[in-house]
Amino acid sequence: MESLMVEREILIEAPAEVVWRTITEPDQMVLWFADRVDLVAEPGAHGSMHFGEHGGPVVVEIVDPPTRFSFRWNHPGEEEPTAGNSMLVEFTLTPEGEERTRLRVSESGHELHHWSDVEKQRYADDHRGGWATHLDRLANLLAERP
Amino acid sequence: MSMTLQSDEELFSAIADPSRRRVLDLLVSNGAASAWRLADHVPFSRQAVSKHLVVLDEAGLVSRRKQGREVLYQVDPDRLHQATRAMADLAAQWDRRLNAIKRLAEAAHAESRNQAAIPREPESLSTKERT
Repeated sequence: MESLMVEREILIEAPAEVVWRTITEPDQMVLWFADRVDLVAEPGAHGSMHFGEHGGPVVVEIVDPPTRFSFRWNHPGEEEPTAGNSMLVEFTLTPEGEERTRLRVSESGHELHHWSDVEKQRYADDHRGGWATHLDRLANLLAERP
Repeated sequence: MSMTLQSDEELFSAIADPSRRRVLDLLVSNGAASAWRLADHVPFSRQAVSKHLVVLDEAGLVSRRKQGREVLYQVDPDRLHQATRAMADLAAQWDRRLNAIKRLAEAAHAESRNQAAIPREPESLSTKERT
């Protein structure tokens, strides 16, 4: 169970296979993501990404061409990313006709280690809008306080 | 610049944990409270609440004061606002990346379509035609 930090999507006028290559091939990833990418799109593969002087290890999780790709990173941390210390970035590609693809990305936070399933579900239900929305609500509540 | 980056990172890791956000949420809706009071409203122990409060305190999201024998925690509005902005920045960053992916994928697709539509002429022939 991950906690959603951000979720964004875009409609692309290209088949899912083309979008897939753009998001998973290192020579393409350097064009939209990091300055240096050393990564093989295989489940469990360990790699790295660098942004100028910053960067660190990345671990690939799901590789299901051409619809799902996810990796874990704890940018800008140097430790090996695991469920407890990292963010999970997940891409979902949904073909809409032959030449159009909806690309969704989400970045989510740490796992809920010590909650029961019922509690996790209740928390997820409470925060379906995502963390950004949640923070907005917090900020509004705060503004209303005397 | 690097100071700002550092404090953003601290802020981010503080709010990345849902349990800590739950604690923050409670502090926002109920005002100042002690770790004991907060523990009544969360599905984890007072020790866990205290640990979360330490992290939130280090990130500047809550401040603490003594009242009698109790230590009360409350949310720092400026820092919370900063956290909200950090989340908006994260969304904007992904929007930029998605737009770059869109441009790259659409250009690659257009290129492969053109190549399929116009079969490449032999090098010698096209050179001859140009001269």
